[in-house]
Amino acid sequence: MLYGTRLRALAIVTAVVLTGGFALAFFQAPMDADQGFMQKIFYLHVPMAMVALCGFVFGAYWAIRHLRSGDRGHDLRAYVAIHLSLILGAGVLITGSIWARASWGHWWVWDEPTLVSFLIVFLLYATYQPLRFSIEDPEKQARYASVFAIVAGAFVPLNFLAVRLAQAYTHPRVFASSTGGLPGSMKPAFYLCLLGMILLFATLWRYEMASKNTSMQLRSLRRKLGGEEALTPRGRTAAPTM
Amino acid sequence: MIDAVVALLRKELLLELRAPQAVPAMALFSITTLVVFHFALQRATVAGDLAAGVLMVTLLFASMLGIGRLFAADHEEGGLEAFLLAPVDRSALLFAKTTALFAFLVLLELIAVPAFAVLLLGPSPSAGALARLVVVLLLADAGIAIVGTLVGAIAVQTRARDLLVPLLGLPLLIPVVICAAKASAPLLAGGGAATLAARWPLVLGLYDLVFALLAYALFDYLVED
Repeated sequence: MLYGTRLRALAIVTAVVLTGGFALAFFQAPMDADQGFMQKIFYLHVPMAMVALCGFVFGAYWAIRHLRSGDRGHDLRAYVAIHLSLILGAGVLITGSIWARASWGHWWVWDEPTLVSFLIVFLLYATYQPLRFSIEDPEKQARYASVFAIVAGAFVPLNFLAVRLAQAYTHPRVFASSTGGLPGSMKPAFYLCLLGMILLFATLWRYEMASKNTSMQLRSLRRKLGGEEALTPRGRTAAPTM
Repeated sequence: MIDAVVALLRKELLLELRAPQAVPAMALFSITTLVVFHFALQRATVAGDLAAGVLMVTLLFASMLGIGRLFAADHEEGGLEAFLLAPVDRSALLFAKTTALFAFLVLLELIAVPAFAVLLLGPSPSAGALARLVVVLLLADAGIAIVGTLVGAIAVQTRARDLLVPLLGLPLLIPVVICAAKASAPLLAGGGAATLAARWPLVLGLYDLVFALLAYALFDYLVED
């Protein structure tokens, strides 16, 4: 599969939608009554968190397909999805921390279930790379990483349930139905930002897949031309190799 | 299937009986941890949520030792290869290992919980509270045993086994810690009616069920070679 095709068009659409979403958030969406300007971070933080969590589940989906089919390409897809989600996850924790500082006066608030759950999920997924790195056989590495990705994917909702039950409800519930929720005037900007973030994930995912595929093809061409000795030794890596 | 599980379980328990390794190490570690808590917290007695936290942390960290050892002997002595040659379902190994780990954890608690009561616990819980505590601990043990078997099977194949067991196991077990600590805090507080909110055992049971199904579905991929 060629991941490079239409990548430029996708990148342009992503840039337009993200810029449009943030423009709407800054100029069109109303100022929050309590939090003022700081609340604008919501348009970055929440879409990023949602996309990161969905990215982890997306990784679990490819991991299931990898275990079912034995196709190592699926493992690569899972790896890239989880890797990107981890990067987004770091962004979520930082923006969440800034928001918590601005609205509650502390950098970290323990009685806020969503942020705490996210930290636990992040800590769990942070072991994905060390796990891969410490298994040398590439086939076994792919298989064990997939098992981990599936277990961790199932862990995400259970963890959110347990943490939420344990703590008081203080986090602003974005989609709460009974009290408050997202005011209608904030919705267009929020959904556009969410769409932009999804597109950003898709673009980066395809870009990384295209890059990995190209370097693998290049490697196999080099091998055909010059034999094994023409290749630079790869060294140990956490990334899947074919 | 049943025969294979019984044979494997018998082997595990016999091995532990002849050359005790996991349970003494875990028990000693848990008592040392209680002493560490005494000095680190600078308290003679603990009660309520602090007591629940101390007990859960002690048991969880001690169980990490058992999880790390669970597959070590099979891996080093070639037991896994021998098992793969046998014409039995691979899930038999999962059931046997999980049951063995569960038994080790119960044995650990038979030592660690009385030690905790003697060394650190302030109020003495009533018989009813004690019975509820046993239920909570058994449910937590089931969760630790299931997740621990999965994590142990993954970690034993890596070059950094002792590093990966706590790194993988602790985040996965945080829901167990949350539920067990929340459920046992009122039971260790002493005083009148120690109640057990129904939702904590329910969430623990749900967690055990989900991970048991996952382990059953995925374990085959971990013992392939």
